[in-house]
Amino acid sequence: MKNIDSKGHVTGTSIYIDDIPTIEGTGYGVVFDSPCAHGKIISVNYSKAKALPGVIHIITHKDIPGENQIGGILPDEELFASQEVHFQGQPIALIIAESEQIAFKARKLIEIEIDKKTVITDPREAQQKGQLIFPPRTFSLGNTKDSWKDCSHIFEGKVDINGQEHLYIETQGAYAQPLENGNIKVSSSTQGPTAVQRAAAKVLNIGMHTIEVDVVRLGGGFGGKEDQATPWAIMAALGTQILRIPIKVILHRMDDMRMTGKRHPYSADYKIGLNKDLKIVGYEVTFFQNAGAAADLSPAVMERTLFHATNSYFIPNVEATAYSCKTNLPPNTAFRGFGAPQGMFVIESAIAYAANELAIEKQQIQKVNLLKDGDEFPYGQIAEGVGLSPAWETLVSKFNLKATQKEIASFNKTNDAVKKGYALMPITFGISFTKTPMNQARALVHIYSDGSVGISTGAVEMGQGVNTKMLQIAANIFSVSANRIKLESTNTTRVANTSPTAASATADLNGKALEKACNALAKRLKTTAASYFKVDVGTIQFKDEQVLVNGNTSDVSWNQLVDMAFLERVCLTENGHYATPIINFNKDKEKGHPFAYHVFGLALTEVTVDCIRGTYEFDAVKIVHDFGKSMNPTVDRGQIEGGLVQGMGWMTLEEIKYTKEGRLLSNSLSTYKVPDVYSAPKQILIEPLETEGTDMAILKSKAVGEPPLMYGIGAYFAIENAIKAFNPAYKSTFNAPFTHEKVLMALYN
Amino acid sequence: MIEFILNDKKVVTNKPTGSLLVDLIRYDQHLKGTKIGCREGDCGACTVLIGSLVDGAMQYINVTSCLTPIANIAGKHIVTIEGLNMVNLSPVQQEMVNESGTQCGFCTPGFVVSLSNYCLSENEPTQAKSIAAIDGNICRCTGYKPIERTAHNITDLLLNKDHNNSIKWLIDNQFIPTYFKDIPQLISNLSPFDKVTKAHKLVGGGTDLYVQQPEVFEEIDIRPINQNANLRFIRFDETTCILGGSTTVADLAQSTKLQKYIPNLLAYIKLVSSTPIRNSSTIAGNFVNASPIGDFTAFFLALNAQITLQEDRESRAIFLKDFYKGYKDLDKTASEIITEITFELPTVSTHFNLEKVSKRIHLDIASVNTAIQIRVKNKVIEHIHLSAGGIGPIPTYLHNTAQYLQGKKLAPTHIKEANAIMQAEISPISDVRGTEDYKRLLLRQLFYAHFIKLFPSQITLTLLV
Ligand SMILES: Cc1cc2nc3c(=O)[nH]c(=O)nc-3n(C[C@H](O)[C@H](O)[C@H](O)COP(=O)(O)OP(=O)(O)OC[C@H]3O[C@@H](n4cnc5c(N)ncnc54)[C@H](O)[C@@H]3O)c2cc1C
Ligand code: FES
Ligand code: FES
Repeated sequence: MKNIDSKGHVTGTSIYIDDIPTIEGTGYGVVFDSPCAHGKIISVNYSKAKALPGVIHIITHKDIPGENQIGGILPDEELFASQEVHFQGQPIALIIAESEQIAFKARKLIEIEIDKKTVITDPREAQQKGQLIFPPRTFSLGNTKDSWKDCSHIFEGKVDINGQEHLYIETQGAYAQPLENGNIKVSSSTQGPTAVQRAAAKVLNIGMHTIEVDVVRLGGGFGGKEDQATPWAIMAALGTQILRIPIKVILHRMDDMRMTGKRHPYSADYKIGLNKDLKIVGYEVTFFQNAGAAADLSPAVMERTLFHATNSYFIPNVEATAYSCKTNLPPNTAFRGFGAPQGMFVIESAIAYAANELAIEKQQIQKVNLLKDGDEFPYGQIAEGVGLSPAWETLVSKFNLKATQKEIASFNKTNDAVKKGYALMPITFGISFTKTPMNQARALVHIYSDGSVGISTGAVEMGQGVNTKMLQIAANIFSVSANRIKLESTNTTRVANTSPTAASATADLNGKALEKACNALAKRLKTTAASYFKVDVGTIQFKDEQVLVNGNTSDVSWNQLVDMAFLERVCLTENGHYATPIINFNKDKEKGHPFAYHVFGLALTEVTVDCIRGTYEFDAVKIVHDFGKSMNPTVDRGQIEGGLVQGMGWMTLEEIKYTKEGRLLSNSLSTYKVPDVYSAPKQILIEPLETEGTDMAILKSKAVGEPPLMYGIGAYFAIENAIKAFNPAYKSTFNAPFTHEKVLMALYN
Repeated sequence: MIEFILNDKKVVTNKPTGSLLVDLIRYDQHLKGTKIGCREGDCGACTVLIGSLVDGAMQYINVTSCLTPIANIAGKHIVTIEGLNMVNLSPVQQEMVNESGTQCGFCTPGFVVSLSNYCLSENEPTQAKSIAAIDGNICRCTGYKPIERTAHNITDLLLNKDHNNSIKWLIDNQFIPTYFKDIPQLISNLSPFDKVTKAHKLVGGGTDLYVQQPEVFEEIDIRPINQNANLRFIRFDETTCILGGSTTVADLAQSTKLQKYIPNLLAYIKLVSSTPIRNSSTIAGNFVNASPIGDFTAFFLALNAQITLQEDRESRAIFLKDFYKGYKDLDKTASEIITEITFELPTVSTHFNLEKVSKRIHLDIASVNTAIQIRVKNKVIEHIHLSAGGIGPIPTYLHNTAQYLQGKKLAPTHIKEANAIMQAEISPISDVRGTEDYKRLLLRQLFYAHFIKLFPSQITLTLLV
């Protein structure tokens, strides 16, 4: 089934925040933010800005009736800076004017004096100075100290990984409107409607029940709107609370890039030990996460880095420590992969380094260390249904790895100025929120008396096709046609206390809740039918909008049955609640069973490097992926292609640059480059790995949102492989992304 | 006052002529299908079509409405996504659905408009052109593969297109709504663009001005040079070519005659911005913007072009290489305009090459660019012009390097020596587009690339490094 939103999208009729028809009297909000990265606010003079005709009001921390606090995990982030600023772009005030243009003009008239303080942008420097967001954590298995004696080869090194701008094409935004009795409705482009509601209630000092948060869809999120959609929504709500007028806040692109956090840059040190059979015996790693100026989601992101520090390998002795380092950058946040990509990049770098030193191919080490069923992860969970070796074999045979290697070798022999390279990238990604209580969801289903169906869940549609999957679930159970079913907006008044749409788990959680609700309704309707036909409930089925009795089509249609049930006063509304079973995690021991299941896969990346100019093109990425039993191969394939290219962008051309003073240089689309149509690999081939799936996944269809991003890591190592063909003396620096600049320097260093 | 046709209806507006088309579409006309992703021409979410009546027939281009001042659309047909919608989905829309070319959907109207422009184009459809048609559209969700498949399918559908009766064929096959057939009539009834006084700021395509200072020009009336048909020409005299002051990059690309003299012209042009930006942007605008990394500036410096500057009735001609006095400091008064760009046509024995490397190969500003024009006879460099950008405060004509090579034998040693001279002639600085060391190395490599590309039998990479 195609994405049910497709038609609206291709006709331009889908509605995003800024497309909501403007309500009369709307005020437009523009954020005034800190011009410097760290300092004490001496004074802010708003008088000229206030005097500008058309300016309605300027909201500052002084106007906040509740707490000036938006930290979700830790209370360490103000909505509007009051005394001090901690990053450039930190909101200080919201200017509300009759038009956006006026508000922007007013912004230029605000005078601010700041007593500047030392700026830290480097996570290692922060760690040395004791600037941590929260205490470090360590995951361990076996005993690394004892393991070194069993190693024939021990290597140590350093790895640096840059961040990544989400670059959802729809920027952050919210539109608040006053309802009667002081209630407020906020339309927000957020992945976390409940997060917005909860934080707004705290800031506005009102009950959550008085704030309705509504989300129709997002023009892209990728994690960037999990926590960081919240401030703008609160600001709009606050403006509405104070002025009792509708307030719209839509960030301009450069404001968005300057004010919001990104994927976390990491620095890391590793030590890896291998025995003579190339088995990895010990692995020690220390991560320095660049959290930015406040916690935001960094603790959870850091935790996932630790969970995925060994990627797809079984290593008997592991010690992985992570520091969340406080710097003067915008608070970094969730981004597809959520810390796992960084963890995986480090182990892949360690393996690549070992292979370099041993003068062998990287995949020789990768292959002999692949995780198998029954292996223990450093966090105590036992691996099950591991698809790595099968994926490896499938890739070798389906995509003829040997032939590819041969072609590349002979190409490199005959070309002096162009070189090809390749890399293999296995992935193992755990599905569930690692904070166990978040693994719950609800769905509300109405069957209307005409037989049509309305569905509300906590899932937010942001292009990943979750609404399509929800519709499929209901359509299957009721056996009604898709056009009878409507997916309602995600709204806190219909489904409350939701987890954000994140962690790839949304379709599983909400889908299972929906399944429960639909099954309950189906059961009630079947009971009605059974008593009508005077048969046993077990003999009733639904098929193509018709009621079947003992497998035979009856003369009662779906419509008629619904009508019948209604007249008999059967409840045609159901609320389904789902909580993932089994999962648990003990933070004191750092052990448990945090994931419902894992997703596996393997990618082969092929690249051609122009050794005159230092540019590259990706010839192909060939993937064997564990879908389980995909409930929607079209949508899932889209997630793989999109995730892959996004991951490749992170590894290649997307380069975030800050000055030492904490000013963002890559602050617009002209200086921050994401893949365009020509940067995508020429060919992406996807081979599904035949697996049984798991009952923990909705309809055995495994989660697919985040895992493919990490196939993109192969791009880095493929480039490196090609560089070595040109410059055998090249020493890897493991410093992502591999921009054209770094490639040229590597070719000629 | 500005009159134009928006989809199927006439619009008359009194907004300042410098105000932006995207705002008029979205906030005055309430057509919300056109999206805003960046307001700087870099994402394509705001793409619309502009149709001009040329010799009785409509010609369409796609542009980014976020950089298009409404002065530039007076007397034109603007088509937004709403103007492409029919009762059923068009083949472009349908293929986009079939191939799952849309996920979050925010970029999608832009892609549909660009692909519809591809359908409207008079050029022969090819797979490569179908991809080039979306080179100005960014999608963050799909990884482009499904959109490529969409573009390929559309190309197949267009193979039967009747090129003599393009619009009719497209209407008959429901690619575009029937109202398109009435557009020429509607356009010819519009009143022409009001005369403007010269006090107003001169704007070409606006692709530099509206990135740099939208808030200034949005509120004022401007002087749109693109509306001056007299300045839009490409003329060939015996040995020279003359471009009018409002010649766009796309005009340059369409000159088949120029392609004969500069065989790789289209490949060079493809390295500059994107289709929608090239459709709007002018060559003169690139010169006057004086960015040290202006690609066409480097290009025309190596052609040793002259520019004609005019103020009232006075006009003077200077070499482009003398136009730049310092960072954004030009040999030009505020009210002088470039009316002509003149250059000697390369002869059969003259070789020309442009090299450019940026972070992203396409739709990106150069880290470093360089162009060369060179004539070699009996293995001796008889004549050479060399330019480079991104390596100093101004687009640079590399006098010393060129001078050194003049009269030298074409040999690796001389090229290497020339590099040493060139390194002394440049002064790159570290910025978001690269470190100083990188820019130095890159220019060396691109300089070498000129010779490796133009004289492959004599110069190879191995001989140089
Ligand atoms: C997304 C994007 C990508 C880009 N990519 C590139 C790229 O790859 N390479 C590159 O070189 N540039 C690039 N540019 C910059 C820009 O497109 C070019 O510099 C373009 O040639 C400018 O032309 P314009 O007509 O749009 O200039 P405008 O913005 O209209 O004008 C620029 C300046 O020139 C003046 N001017 C215009 N015409 C005349 C004239 N005839 N006489 C006197 N003054 C005049 C104007 O008054 C103004 O001061 C890009 C821009 C964007 C938005
Ligand atoms: S809004 Fe991005 S190109 Fe116009
Ligand atoms: S579909 Fe989301 S940006 Fe293209």
